[in-house]
Amino acid sequence: MENLRYELGPTEPARGNRPAALVGVVASGNLEVLLERGEARDRCIIDVATPAHGFADLWAAVTSDFVARSAAGGLRITINDGGARPDTVALRLAQGIRLMERPE
Amino acid sequence: MRDWNAKGRDRQARREAGGRLAAGKFIEPSKLVAFLEAVLKPGDRVCLEGDNQKQADLLAKALCKVDPSKIHDLHMVQSGVVLPEHLDLFEVGIACRLDFSYSGPQSARIARMMFGGQIELGAVHTYLELFARYFIDLTPQVALIAAVSADRAGNLYTGPNTEDTPTIVEATSFGKGLVIAQVGEIVDQLPRVDIPADQVHFVVDAGRPFFVEPLFTRDPAAITETQILTAMLAIKGLYAPYGVRRLNHGIGFNTAAIELLLPTFGERLGLRGKLCTHWALNPHPTLIPAIESGWVEQIHCFGSEVGMEDYVRARPDIFFTGPDGSLRSNRAFCQTAGLYACDMFIGSTLQIDLSGHSSTVTGSRVAGFGGAPNMGSDARGRRHSSDPWLRAGREADPEGNPALRRGRKLVVQIGETFGDGNAPTFVERLSALDLADKLQLDLAPVMVYGDDVTHIVTEEGIANLHLCRDKDEREHAIRGVAGYTEVGRARDRKMVERLRERKVIQCPEDLDIDPLDADRSLLSAHSIKDLMLASGGLYRPPSRFRNW
Repeated sequence: MENLRYELGPTEPARGNRPAALVGVVASGNLEVLLERGEARDRCIIDVATPAHGFADLWAAVTSDFVARSAAGGLRITINDGGARPDTVALRLAQGIRLMERPE
Repeated sequence: MRDWNAKGRDRQARREAGGRLAAGKFIEPSKLVAFLEAVLKPGDRVCLEGDNQKQADLLAKALCKVDPSKIHDLHMVQSGVVLPEHLDLFEVGIACRLDFSYSGPQSARIARMMFGGQIELGAVHTYLELFARYFIDLTPQVALIAAVSADRAGNLYTGPNTEDTPTIVEATSFGKGLVIAQVGEIVDQLPRVDIPADQVHFVVDAGRPFFVEPLFTRDPAAITETQILTAMLAIKGLYAPYGVRRLNHGIGFNTAAIELLLPTFGERLGLRGKLCTHWALNPHPTLIPAIESGWVEQIHCFGSEVGMEDYVRARPDIFFTGPDGSLRSNRAFCQTAGLYACDMFIGSTLQIDLSGHSSTVTGSRVAGFGGAPNMGSDARGRRHSSDPWLRAGREADPEGNPALRRGRKLVVQIGETFGDGNAPTFVERLSALDLADKLQLDLAPVMVYGDDVTHIVTEEGIANLHLCRDKDEREHAIRGVAGYTEVGRARDRKMVERLRERKVIQCPEDLDIDPLDADRSLLSAHSIKDLMLASGGLYRPPSRFRNW
């Protein structure tokens, strides 16, 4: 297991007021994403635990694109990866943000 | 004095030689090998009916058993190289030269044999191209074809998988060649006549149906959320704005996802009746929910699909059916329909380069083309107008005189940025080029040329290549939807942003697509069983797809 941490920003503050959201599942080729509030409003912290070693630069690219494109400020995001492809990771992150915006 | 009927006399001699081993038109299966040795000559051009789906398998096995010292140097001209026997012929020295279209299941072996010099390749064709050559410079001397049944006169019933048969028989029979058919049974009265007896010279009763493969069944259970997202992009960002009513779909999971989203996502957008009403398409099981919910008006088919027979029979307004009620397919006509009468082709591919050329060649496989290059090309002989065609033409040439401006067919490549085994879909250099070098081919096997492609759709967005004004823009439009492949990561972000402002690239958020909709619950069927239920039990999935 490889553990990676990305402290990203500046980014737009996340919308909505749901305290936390969970999308996806830990399965082969999939991933689980937990989003929680509590970080600085223009920062986003992403922790990744992945079984696939050697993809740190790819994770850096996906996560930095994510905060550039989404309102992810104030979020701490924890990813449990099951060896997902980057397109699946990007989709799950986008889904997580959208879920945080929805009323509970 | 020139003999003006040498071909006719040659056929007559073959008929007499074969007739000595037959009872009238009918050959006993036990005499088939001797019969073939009697009617064939070394160097003959032979069409051994290998279609996309149905196979003249009994005749293929018999042809492999002829004595190569008597029958050799055959030139095989057939659309599908599908059965092992199709290549065994070359291994044992019966055949030497090959012109074909598609070789899916034999793609690795055919490449090895070409490389080893066992096969002298004429060319890899598209279907329509090979059929055209049957009438010009590749007319078969002998055709070995497959049908469901024959009557005592030799009329043939092909069943729903008519496919290539009428085209092969037309060229061979009227070109003074000999037509030999294998049938599953001999009956007194045929359900309908697909091939008239006077075009059929000999018939062998195989006593069983020909081999046919279910090639177009896509299990909804295997559709991914990324494919659903991509399908939403295609519907909302392409089908809707262009108002595409007449189209052809490829056979991959991406287009299956689109078919399954029409009754849900498409319905929500109020698009029923406005899109996807007329099709050139095989009877895809995944289209059942759209047909049942009233999206589809008419479908013409290249071939059939195993298990769809009763469903098609019960929907005669939608499908082309005979007086017996069963489907009449025709590959040549449907290919022509897809080329000239459809406004959009959308299909998946395995590799796309920075010019937009796409290819299904990976590693050392020669899978051939099938029909995609016909469907996936602009028909420059087209002269009738339609809204999508005019709009695409306007985008490609905004300054041109509208009355003199060609319309353009929408040719769309759809896929995820990474394919099976995490292989990137976007590449700097197509593997097809390496293959062409290795096999010393004149042309690299390109499925769809970049100048025919109008759009590329991935989970990242839609690239509209018509709106690009130079090579650099085009390259960046492609990089812009190439995701996290190396090609995608080498993008110039500022350039991509500018292209996005001009709507050359449209992302899911630009089209107001909610990523939470990219969920399997959006599919109108989640499994093969759901498709069966949606058909009211009329669709009978082959056993390999029954997992309940």
